[in-house]
Amino acid sequence: MGGRLFKDFSLFSATLSLFLLIGIFAVLFSYAQASLHEFGFNFLYMEQWEIGEDDEGGVFGGYIPIIGTLLTTLIAMVIATPLAMGIAIFLTEIAPAAIIKPFSIAIELLAAIPSIIYGMWGLFYFAPIVQTLFGGNGVGLLTAGIVLAIMIIPFMAAITRDSMNTAPDVLKESAYAIGATKFEVIKDIVMPYSKGGIIGSVILALGRALGETMAVAFLIGSVMAIPQKITDPTTSIPVLLANNFAEAQDLEMSSMYYLALILFVVSFALISMAKVYFMRKR
Amino acid sequence: MNRLLLNKIILILSTLSAFVGIGFLFWILVTLTYKGVASLQLTTFTHDLVEGGIRNLLVGQFTMAGIATLVTVPLGVMAGIYLREYGNATRVTSIIRNLSDIMTSAPSIVIGVFVFAFLVEPFGTFNGWAGAASLGIMMLPIIISTTDNMLALVPKELREAGIALGGSKHKIILQIVLQAAKVGVTTGILLSFARIIGETAPLLFTSSNNQFFTMDMNSQFPSLTVSIYNLATYPDEASRNLAWAASFVLTAIVLFINLVGRFVTRSKHL
Repeated sequence: MGGRLFKDFSLFSATLSLFLLIGIFAVLFSYAQASLHEFGFNFLYMEQWEIGEDDEGGVFGGYIPIIGTLLTTLIAMVIATPLAMGIAIFLTEIAPAAIIKPFSIAIELLAAIPSIIYGMWGLFYFAPIVQTLFGGNGVGLLTAGIVLAIMIIPFMAAITRDSMNTAPDVLKESAYAIGATKFEVIKDIVMPYSKGGIIGSVILALGRALGETMAVAFLIGSVMAIPQKITDPTTSIPVLLANNFAEAQDLEMSSMYYLALILFVVSFALISMAKVYFMRKR
Repeated sequence: MNRLLLNKIILILSTLSAFVGIGFLFWILVTLTYKGVASLQLTTFTHDLVEGGIRNLLVGQFTMAGIATLVTVPLGVMAGIYLREYGNATRVTSIIRNLSDIMTSAPSIVIGVFVFAFLVEPFGTFNGWAGAASLGIMMLPIIISTTDNMLALVPKELREAGIALGGSKHKIILQIVLQAAKVGVTTGILLSFARIIGETAPLLFTSSNNQFFTMDMNSQFPSLTVSIYNLATYPDEASRNLAWAASFVLTAIVLFINLVGRFVTRSKHL
């Protein structure tokens, strides 16, 4: 009797997460209907975001926040990927045993710091440096991209390190025995072995960067404008939602849901590709 | 000698990137500690936001995260139990496993949007329940995944011993399997709590924020992280200093819970 109840409750709990996921998708989709009907797929490359007369109607296009999201993510990935690979190589192949542990803990703590802290630190300490070096206002694509990179590096490095650690020592030792250098061992033994995990970690980090809100909200400038230079301020999907979602009305609100739906679908696709295809557990 | 040179270059670059990473950690922590400690006063903890303190914000943030944890932990642990102990290796289980794994990385702002649609808009006001629900939805998949993974580490001989003693399935799960996985599951709960306590994006338009002390979950609810976001963008020095103080306290809490979690796991597995 109790056993039956226990099992049923556990099944209920397990299916709950499934329903949550479907629920999120359904809610976003149905609330985005008005905007979907009005603008369709043109939404993706319409630049206007204008509220109509007397708050009626209006024209809303997602081009600027979409481009802003893609560009900040691109900058972050270009900076973060080589650094994260370097850290993972350092932790698996170079670091002496005594410092692997403290270094790993430090990297993982870096990953645990809330994103709002990165944003605030970036605004007060990093933006001025970017301004001195590259010009502009301090806030903009470049600053947001760099701080976003700092934020995803530890995450990417930790997963890459884990998958690099799966390369068997015997293979590595054999390679060393025939005179391979460390780099050759990494390139020809470790990399082929952990390729899936590494690609997966890069895609996961990409998914995280796309959806990151707070670090970017402080730093991107939150302006509805197409950036002409890399230091120009613009906005991104999560930042637009964070700043304007609650005050939006009618069609604008529906367009916000449309943007949230795009973000959700894209990150869902990326993350599932990374997890199911590249990082399948053996 | 080209390949030896290339080897040296790569190794030096890798070592350099590791120090760049650590450098940023120290840079952030040092500035945070410096600005935070300088701005901290005793009144910071005894006053509410309206009087320049963070007392109500701490209470609010912990209340929402606490409610989220209380509701999510039993659901998440039970779901993990189902996946590993009852439905293991079935098709449905593998779908749920993958989806909840994917949910752990879902953009947090989207969860806020979702909760807004059914817990804020219908009631016409931001409220504490909506904030707690957002945090709970973020937490659930993390707890499912850790429970699932921790139960997988329990050797099947333990379960067989339980069966040999004539235990029923749910007794074996509760009294043997879960006991063996206790430390791992607890660590998972701690780490997921550390993750949601520092979340801002899903609270922005669910709980929103409140300058005053309140325990009324039906009204706008005070949030530490949302306050940091607001305070940091005010032009006056006092607000910014309070934002630094609040950030320092928040980071200290998050890192402390993380270190405790790590320490607990390590002492068990040695």
